Amino acid sequence: MWNLLFGKLTWNSLPHVWYTIGGTLTLMLMGAVAAAVLTYTKRWKWLWNEWLTSTDPKRIGIMYIIVALLMLFRGALDAIMIWMQQALSVGSSTGYLSADHFQQIFTAHGDIMVFFATMGLLVGLMNLVVPLQIGARDLAFPFLNTLGFWLYVAGAILINMFFVFGGDFAATGWLAQAPLSELQFSPGVGVDYWIWSLQVSGLGSLLAGLNFLVTILKMRAPGMTLMRMPLFVWTTLCSSILVVTVFPILAITIAMLTLDRYLGMHFFTTTNGGNPMMYINLIWMWGHPEVYILVLPSFGIFSEVVSTFSHKKLAGYTSQVLAAIFVTILSLMVWLHHFFTMGAGADVNAIFGISTMIIAIPTGVQIFNWLSTMYRGRIVLSSSLYWFLGFVATFTFGGIAGVLLASPTADYQLHNSLFLVAHFHTMIVGGALFGLFAGITYWFPKFMGFKLNEKLGKTAFWFWLTGFFLAFIPLYILGYMGATRRLDHYTNPAWQPLFIISVLGFMVILAGVTTQILQIIISIKNRKQNMDLSGDPWDARNLEWATSSPPPFYNYAVIPEVHGRDAFWEMKKEMKENPQPANVEYKDFELPKNTPFGIYLAGFALLFGFAMVWHMFLIAGIGFVGMMVCLIIRAFDEETEYILTAQEIAKLEQERKDHIYA
Amino acid sequence: MHEEKNEKTFLGFWIYLMTDLLMFAGLFAAFIVLRNNTFGGVGGSQIFNMPFVLVETLFLLTSSFTCGVALLLAHEKKLKGVIAMLCTTFLLGAGFLGMELYEFSHLFSEGHTYQKSAFLSSYFALVGTHGLHITAGLLWMLILIIFILKKGLTQGGIRKITLMSLFWHFLDIVWIFIFTIVYLMGVAL
Repeated sequence: MWNLLFGKLTWNSLPHVWYTIGGTLTLMLMGAVAAAVLTYTKRWKWLWNEWLTSTDPKRIGIMYIIVALLMLFRGALDAIMIWMQQALSVGSSTGYLSADHFQQIFTAHGDIMVFFATMGLLVGLMNLVVPLQIGARDLAFPFLNTLGFWLYVAGAILINMFFVFGGDFAATGWLAQAPLSELQFSPGVGVDYWIWSLQVSGLGSLLAGLNFLVTILKMRAPGMTLMRMPLFVWTTLCSSILVVTVFPILAITIAMLTLDRYLGMHFFTTTNGGNPMMYINLIWMWGHPEVYILVLPSFGIFSEVVSTFSHKKLAGYTSQVLAAIFVTILSLMVWLHHFFTMGAGADVNAIFGISTMIIAIPTGVQIFNWLSTMYRGRIVLSSSLYWFLGFVATFTFGGIAGVLLASPTADYQLHNSLFLVAHFHTMIVGGALFGLFAGITYWFPKFMGFKLNEKLGKTAFWFWLTGFFLAFIPLYILGYMGATRRLDHYTNPAWQPLFIISVLGFMVILAGVTTQILQIIISIKNRKQNMDLSGDPWDARNLEWATSSPPPFYNYAVIPEVHGRDAFWEMKKEMKENPQPANVEYKDFELPKNTPFGIYLAGFALLFGFAMVWHMFLIAGIGFVGMMVCLIIRAFDEETEYILTAQEIAKLEQERKDHIYA
Repeated sequence: MHEEKNEKTFLGFWIYLMTDLLMFAGLFAAFIVLRNNTFGGVGGSQIFNMPFVLVETLFLLTSSFTCGVALLLAHEKKLKGVIAMLCTTFLLGAGFLGMELYEFSHLFSEGHTYQKSAFLSSYFALVGTHGLHITAGLLWMLILIIFILKKGLTQGGIRKITLMSLFWHFLDIVWIFIFTIVYLMGVAL
């Protein structure tokens, strides 16, 4: 009976070491504070009705960003623990972490940063900006959007759950490569937490990708042809195509690992004919495109930022689009460069080496396009543009390191070394994350109605840039000296000074993060001075700035017509020539109702995932049936939309105007 | 309004089908890599009963036909015909599933379980995943029949039938590949 209900969970698995007890207490404290604040301000109902059950992409986008920032914080905590251990653990000293605990930390750091921090920020920004940029009121499938968000949250909870319910986390590295992740070598529940967390949140990402793909293809404003779309929309499209192409591979690969672990199958085992190398192939078929899923939207953000702050249209629009498409296609053909050392043979390695190096060409095209956009532009050096300039430095640097790694002969030396770790951090932090910072600074006034403090933004940028190079250049050097990744201990004392410099670099980055937190607090405090209700604080070019800041929940009372690229810029020119606005006539339109089914379904998915981790099959069954019942009830509901009538719109629009000009 | 909504839904559903197809592609790839890794145990030619699988296949192909007829009748608003055809499809599909389960239990009773070798693992996983999809399709069909009986052939109802039949034909196509790659090539090679 105990087995059926509680599976492998016993009293002994509950938290009993300092970090899990600490984690549990912190989480409970945070929950209690949040609950107290909500009760005190009587905001429970408001939270449920206005936010948690919302289908408005602007609300969902903001929730994505909040969760992602929390996860970014969690991932940064892991990073500092890894760094401290490596700075201390040399020679006779073994540092302050056990080898096993250290392994769990670097696994969690990688997964949390990729799946929950960066992906969350990205999907959040897409939710906020894409519908506005294409002149739509919503995404194609509002229900799938809220469901995707809540599955992402469920995954985020699952990956942190071992703090509270005990057990451990996977000690396998962020991709849980077989056969290490097989039952034989990882008998605990750590890998199972990994499996179900990624499976649940991966489904959420897949739904988001599908949703954006259909939205961009089907819901553009009249006149917005594909070749008139803003670059951020283009890169979101490319990124979404990659998501729907490779996330199924991730799902099935993890599913096969699950079958191995739960049913004793032999896909990737070392016995009975299993083939662990197949796991490595399959997981990287997802893993490499994932890098481009993260970085392509950042390219789009930089295109927006550069042309806005240079007050010029983007140079080489067509080549920019083609470059993004080219990168999308190429990224699917390079996965093998992650394991040249597997020994696929010289021919295979050469083909994948060359295809990897070719990616540098479209990427270079994009960088030159941005720089030529700035050339002879009327440049305003805002903090968003600072992030772009920093990105050019880091990304070119990391890119060149990448081309070097793409050569199989060099890779045999550098494989699995800290050189590689430094390379991909340069790409993800210096590429994707800097782009996201630029994007958040750039679009913040659109959704909040006031700008962020520019001065602190620039200070934060300088901390980040210097800290970044200080933290990662030593890792490149250490890689050359032979330091492998995931070292919890080393014997060569000559490495220690470099590791210590690296930690100092991280401290400088931390100063940058603190400045950013300060920036947000001060900006909120002084919001009156930075208020912008006009909706166009930067003199920008694309459609999202054509509506007020923050936009009304229906985005546009009348869907704008697009007559060219840089649609809003064209509109502004026309306004100058012909300032008499035509009489607008409002028409009824449909909007999606809020629905709690996303949150219910994800709740059952969470229950299912958690029960599966501990082999509580009865409870897992309840979770599964719950999901099915939610789906069926939702399928029978034919009235998922409501109509906003012309009179209501006119009234809302009048109120909005009164508020803006007050 | 409805047409616009249909367009979005159909495109979205097609994309979903393609993602599902990619998932199957992963399983097919695994099967092709592992099909000779029998670990000294049985291979495909020793355990596949081709006449049995052929009958199974005919069940599924016929059900695809009746499913198509159901959709045609739905556009002509012939409620009774639609229900009759959907029920036939359901029975044929259930027959297919029953035969597959019988095949599996037969293999188990002979001791050819999925724990025995990588070949058997990948065989059971690939064919079993298809079987799970069929089960989901059957469940969907049942719910759809109830939906139509309750609400009639509304715009939404016809959309749901279209989606379900797309799904069913998709499973048919996947099965053709399973029949070829797993069974025919398993016996021949």
